[in-house]
Amino acid sequence: MARKSPEVNAGSMADIAFLLLIFFLVTTTIETDSGINRKLPPMEELIDPPIIKERNIFTVVVNKNNDILVEEKPMQLRDVREAAVAFLDNGGGVGDEACDYCQGERDESSSDNPDKAIISLKNDRETSYKVYIAVQNELVAAYNDLRNREFERLYPEERMTYVEADKLYTDPRTSPKVKAKIKPKIDVLKKMYPQKLSEAEPSKTN
Amino acid sequence: MSKFKKKKDGGLPAISTASLPDIVFMLLFFFMVATVMRDNTLMVNNTLPAADQIKKLDKKDRVIYIYAGKPSARYQDKYGDQPRIQLNDKFAVVGDVGAYILAERATKREELQNVLTTALKVDGETNMGLISDIKQELRKVNALKINYTTRIGDYTQNY
Repeated sequence: MARKSPEVNAGSMADIAFLLLIFFLVTTTIETDSGINRKLPPMEELIDPPIIKERNIFTVVVNKNNDILVEEKPMQLRDVREAAVAFLDNGGGVGDEACDYCQGERDESSSDNPDKAIISLKNDRETSYKVYIAVQNELVAAYNDLRNREFERLYPEERMTYVEADKLYTDPRTSPKVKAKIKPKIDVLKKMYPQKLSEAEPSKTN
Repeated sequence: MSKFKKKKDGGLPAISTASLPDIVFMLLFFFMVATVMRDNTLMVNNTLPAADQIKKLDKKDRVIYIYAGKPSARYQDKYGDQPRIQLNDKFAVVGDVGAYILAERATKREELQNVLTTALKVDGETNMGLISDIKQELRKVNALKINYTTRIGDYTQNY
């Protein structure tokens, strides 16, 4: 029993493992990308395009000098969100087209209801991508602001905003039970303020 | 009974480092599993614009990436300084985008082929003309879900 069996020297094992560890530490990228999701219109042209009233379209143009024109009037970027909210939330429709949850001014020259309201974003070929994204961001923010407001009004028991609820819903770590609970609420809000943001093909430069 | 008596030799025993490799291996396996190797070397400048109304792009297996921007400094003598498209590891022209999307789509699993998103990683200094051309190409191959990849920040950083 006194005989010792020979042992493999494992002293350098730690060094080897450390080396590998450091390599993988350096090459790891855990962060995920994030950005603004958009859906492009399909290629087929509609044979019979629906007639849309002029007042239900909110035109935003970013020209080649990166100036922003909202409804043909120049505007600073910081005012775009407010203008878009005012347009979407106007609720000027009557009868079937009335909007009972809108808190806007019910101006007759602005949109009937959020379902009819369309934001049309146009750009020039020489518009800078940065400015374009900034405008997109503000327009999405307008929708999110309105959805947040209504979400907090309709579902105060959730104690969160629409954006937080949506984030929770898309998070893969959220349990299916929680998802099933918030899904109908998100759908209600999406129906109340549908995101109708059209990106037209760019205008010609000359 | 002195046979089973513990020997006291005085002084502190050295801390055993025998379990150190195990700990390190555990960490190693974690990072090996979590690692996503960068499969594309960027050949274009890629300072993404800032935005804060963003959604996360989870599930990397259902994303196709398109890069665009000015060629980086080391490629500028060869390719000029006009913004260009990069697909995989090569510079490409607008006409290649459609074929690239179709090829990438074919490599994905069948159940994912309809839910693919195209992530546009475009440098902030690019003109919209190039992006519009890419969008037209994407519409032609019916890749309609896109994501303008941005970094997180306030919109005022874009000026």
